[in-house]
Amino acid sequence: MARRRVQISTTTILGVLALGVVVCLTLGTLIAVAMRAEGAGRLGPADWAAIRFTLWQAAASATLSILLAIPVARALARRSFPGRSVLITLLGAPFILPVIVAILGLIAVFGRTGLISQALGLFGIEPISVYGYHGVILAHVFFNLPLATRLILQGWLAIPSERFRLAASLGMGPSDIARTLERPMLREVVPGAFLVIFLICLTSFAVALALGGGPKATTVELAIYEAFRFDFDLARASLLALVQFALGAALALIALRVAMPSDMGAGLDRAVTRWDDRPALLVQDIAAITLATLFLLLPLGMVILDGLPRLLHLPQVVFGAALRSVIVALVSAALTLALSLPIAALAVRHNSRVVEALGYLTIAASPLVIGTGLFIITFPFVKPSDLALPITAIVNAALSLPFTLRALVPALAAVERDYGPLADGLGMTGLTRLRHLWLPRLRRPMGFALGLAAALSMGDLGVIALFADGDNATLPLQLFRLMAAYRMEDAAAAALLLLSLSLLLFWIFDKGGRVNADR
Amino acid sequence: MLTVDQLRIKMGDFSLLGDFTITPGARVAVLGPSGAGKSTLLAAIAGFQPLDAGAILWDAQPMPKDPAARPISMVFQDNNLFPHLTVAQNVGLGLRPNLRLSDEDHTSVAQALTRVGLEGMGDRKPAQLSGGQIARVALARVLLRDRPVLLLDEPFGALGPALKAEMLALVRDLLNETGATLLMVSHDPEDARVLCDQVVLVADGVAHAPVATEEMFANPPEVMREYLGG
Repeated sequence: MARRRVQISTTTILGVLALGVVVCLTLGTLIAVAMRAEGAGRLGPADWAAIRFTLWQAAASATLSILLAIPVARALARRSFPGRSVLITLLGAPFILPVIVAILGLIAVFGRTGLISQALGLFGIEPISVYGYHGVILAHVFFNLPLATRLILQGWLAIPSERFRLAASLGMGPSDIARTLERPMLREVVPGAFLVIFLICLTSFAVALALGGGPKATTVELAIYEAFRFDFDLARASLLALVQFALGAALALIALRVAMPSDMGAGLDRAVTRWDDRPALLVQDIAAITLATLFLLLPLGMVILDGLPRLLHLPQVVFGAALRSVIVALVSAALTLALSLPIAALAVRHNSRVVEALGYLTIAASPLVIGTGLFIITFPFVKPSDLALPITAIVNAALSLPFTLRALVPALAAVERDYGPLADGLGMTGLTRLRHLWLPRLRRPMGFALGLAAALSMGDLGVIALFADGDNATLPLQLFRLMAAYRMEDAAAAALLLLSLSLLLFWIFDKGGRVNADR
Repeated sequence: MLTVDQLRIKMGDFSLLGDFTITPGARVAVLGPSGAGKSTLLAAIAGFQPLDAGAILWDAQPMPKDPAARPISMVFQDNNLFPHLTVAQNVGLGLRPNLRLSDEDHTSVAQALTRVGLEGMGDRKPAQLSGGQIARVALARVLLRDRPVLLLDEPFGALGPALKAEMLALVRDLLNETGATLLMVSHDPEDARVLCDQVVLVADGVAHAPVATEEMFANPPEVMREYLGG
């Protein structure tokens, strides 16, 4: 009796402690920000412009991503072809792709000296520029078109195949099927997908930092950064941080009322058999898939092509930054696991919805807001740049939580459902249960979670930009500095290094969870 | 002595009442239509099912809340072995839940495995075993747990007739050696005839007091007749 009580309370205490850390990081920093912002004046015209631009670019990016994703998802839903499953896997890759790497790739394709400008130049047309609002939106579409495609594809494949058979036996053509089966499905799926992407675009600092700026393309987060770095106006940065949090919180409240899709569903590996094929549809599908693939792979291909020649001749400072990044990523991954396992245990044991709430809290909280808060709290005592790396590791651990929890909680719930009574009956409690039941049974989701957290942290260019000075840059920040100095060849090589390290970290952890895992 | 004292369980539309005593060393079959609450009764006795009223008593004392502290070994329908542990480790859990096994413990584990006919299989993983062998491992652990009450929740349901007869014979031998009290859920009345001297009938929301097996089959009550058919 006593033992069980002790065990329940250990789980509860650890879980509540972990939750406390997350709440302190999100809401605690917000309080610090709010106290500091009191002295600030009202929002000026530039601030209102930033708010307008933030909302506008998020709406435009989400709309475009979804409009473009629909034909791609439809094509993937109804066509089987060699490489289809590879392509679908690739559609999941942008999630762990360092933002700054993708941006460099996009510049290589869409920039002033990029592939498209060069091609236009052959016809004597002026080169295009990727900087400004359209660059921000382009990058957001690059990142979210794959996500939108996967979410909508799930909707398509969730339509029971019997319905398509029924449609075929009733002699329905493509437009009839669209009206009776596909559009109702889209009405279900699209609002959730739109909100997810809108939220992502609301808090994507790195894109705005690299491609935005100026009066027409400054987001709230970029404005926070500029208030910090250029003016060292903490009061204004705090005020803007409050605005950013309010935007995120408002969106999260709306999201609570809409069924949010999850990209964790399996089973995208089969196509729907249909009987309404037309040659025109085949052409349309081939075009959609080809264009989407080119749009996603060309920038990455350019990073690899441009980066390879100078990869081994990178300046020493880049390798130093890479080493720092790997260490930060490993620490951050370990922290994520140390936070998410107790929270998952708490959620499973008490059957609570704390995980969902936490997911929305960390999505609504922007890393820049957390960073501002931590800066305000720490800088009276410590030199902020000394804390740059630890804070980067901690903040990234917290921001990875919604994703790692989504992998761990269902897995732990299944373990407890299947083996909980047996373990209870045998008296396996506390550390014994952790060591002999949870850790061995959770290897796969833990490997995935660690890989995800490591890759996300490896590629992060958020808090670090606020805190770092010359000596302690991470690889993404170093890469950004190379780009800002127009050393594009070195930048491309650094980007290739960053890309390889991120994917490698993810692969090692994910693989480590699979090797020798007993089913 | 195991007492089900004024037991009441309610889950939505489902409810289960019970008030009876099982004599020490009895071998009791728990029979009844599916969904009547046979497994729920066992879960309540084992401590997995919260009670709305009443209590489960052992020698007139309320049982501890912790399932592991109860005088009970239980074998479930499935998931009796941890797939990531070896056969020997799965059995060893019956001695040390933290798996810190002494040399003496290892010897006991090997002996228990030999007793159930699995000599030398200690290093295998459950995935390498047949259904019958998995049941034997679970019984080897029951031996080491050495508790006065054994609860079997249809653990041999998925085995073929010959294999099931073999397992029932093994259970009988183990009970003869240990003198433990048995409660076994089954949907096959034949199991009751083979192994059990008493029957608890669970039907219409009530777990009835045990009746001698011969009596039950010679003069089945109405619900039992319906359940048996014909």
